[in-house]
Amino acid sequence: MKRLLLSLLLCVTTPVMAEEVVLGLSQDQVAITADFDGSEILLFGAVKRESPILQDPPLEVVIAVSGPSGPLTVRRKERKFGIWVNADAVEIDHAPSFYAVATSAPFNEAMSNVEDQRHRVSIPRAIRSVGAPMGIEDAQSFSEAVIRIRTSEGAYQVLENSVSVDEQTLFRTSIKMPANLTEGDYPTRIFLTRGGKVVSNYETVINVNKVGLERWLFDMSRNQPLMYGLMSLAIAIAAGWMASAAFQVLQRR
Amino acid sequence: MQIYLPIAEVSVNAFLLLGLGGMVGILSGMFGVGGGFLMTPLLFFIGIPPAVAVATEANQIVASSFSGVLAHFRRKTVDLKMGTVLLSGGLVGAAFGVVLFNYLKSQGQVDLLVRLCYVVFLGVIGSLMFVESLNAIRKSRKNAGPPKRKKHNWIHGLPLKMRFRVSGLYISVIPPLIVGVLVGILAAIMGVGGGFIMVPAMIYLLGMPTKVVVGTSLFQIIFVTGFTTLLHATTNYTVDIALAVLLLVGGVIGAQIGTRLGTYLKAEQLRILLALLVILVCAKLALDLLLEPSELFSIGAAGGH
Repeated sequence: MKRLLLSLLLCVTTPVMAEEVVLGLSQDQVAITADFDGSEILLFGAVKRESPILQDPPLEVVIAVSGPSGPLTVRRKERKFGIWVNADAVEIDHAPSFYAVATSAPFNEAMSNVEDQRHRVSIPRAIRSVGAPMGIEDAQSFSEAVIRIRTSEGAYQVLENSVSVDEQTLFRTSIKMPANLTEGDYPTRIFLTRGGKVVSNYETVINVNKVGLERWLFDMSRNQPLMYGLMSLAIAIAAGWMASAAFQVLQRR
Repeated sequence: MQIYLPIAEVSVNAFLLLGLGGMVGILSGMFGVGGGFLMTPLLFFIGIPPAVAVATEANQIVASSFSGVLAHFRRKTVDLKMGTVLLSGGLVGAAFGVVLFNYLKSQGQVDLLVRLCYVVFLGVIGSLMFVESLNAIRKSRKNAGPPKRKKHNWIHGLPLKMRFRVSGLYISVIPPLIVGVLVGILAAIMGVGGGFIMVPAMIYLLGMPTKVVVGTSLFQIIFVTGFTTLLHATTNYTVDIALAVLLLVGGVIGAQIGTRLGTYLKAEQLRILLALLVILVCAKLALDLLLEPSELFSIGAAGGH
């Protein structure tokens, strides 16, 4: 319903440039198995339109894949009594565990600042922090730290010029998801822009789930923690006993 | 081969874990220590979250000490009575340790506490062991005189005396209880069995004969670390069974190789090597605290206030 309204609205506001995304994903499910070591997702699609192609300004594509968001605590170390300890802490209200932005042109050309603000597409806009506690003046540096740390871990990625667009109609890109993924829904947004303005957007969800043994162990540790603890102990005792028994057999020979 | 750990939520190389388990197992077989004090910092280095490393390591120690205590039972070198006294102190200490651990976790200081504990204890024990084994080597060269006799000290003046037959002791239960509590706290916070503190304490403070010390310490470590594992599993959900199993397999095989390797070296040489290793780990951890880190910020779970 919402999407229908939105597309209706888009039709009203941009009747000439009525362009729509038709999207394909190489996979809309990522299964975290025991031997999971990252995944590459291929996103491809076409632009559906009824009017002739507008040559200028050119069509650009911006794709944002976001991991599940949640609040975070960011701590800063300070030197106290000669050693480095955690001192100031700032709560970030909303930061995705994974975030990748792929664009067909440098980000600033593909999307204007105003549109970025409205749709919260670039990484700094995707992180929200309402306010820092009193006494911390440089709260900005805390959210910058989140971006810096997660970018170096490969969890946040800015992939400029990585979406290839053919004949202003077909586009494709691939996004690498790191091995240390958290599970959940990964909202994926595709924006078509012309001259920095969003002419159409499309939203879908990639599902990331632990499966099989991983799923079972994780659920058990949360739902039946006592059973899980006893099971780990039983495994430990059995392994210890087996080692001792095997050692004896070896010694007798 | 990469393996995704379900609780730690990181992907690590399975052979690296097997190798780490094996390496620490060899050392623990050679030197007669649990190896937790080496394994936990090593797990930090390869990127396992400290809380998961500590809880999972407690589980692994259950396995290695159970394996060890069976051998001691066969040789009848376990003082069950002393073990039970140490244990009752240990359980109280472990419960207190987990409460302390959770409180500090909410304050964001848990990493600091764990690291400080490591630096202090590894430093003290490493240097004591180094000096002691150097002296032992010097003495064995000089062929020293008769061994010193046991002295009466303030410990023998305490009330609530109890007879411990296997150890041949008649002492107050207060010092073993206190030793038990302290080791229990350390076990919960550091994810170690506490053998490397327990063993010297039993020899030098309680005056127990060396041959029953290791078995008795292993006996009570099983229960304290088992209890710690359960507490961590039910309150923090940080025991990673996949990680524990990989470490166990490596550790159990390594321990057997280590026991054999150990027979080729002299006791003093073994202890000097172990002391150097302990000091090395301590120095690395201390440098991390003293030098300015390249990244001042760290990200933690929310709700820490």
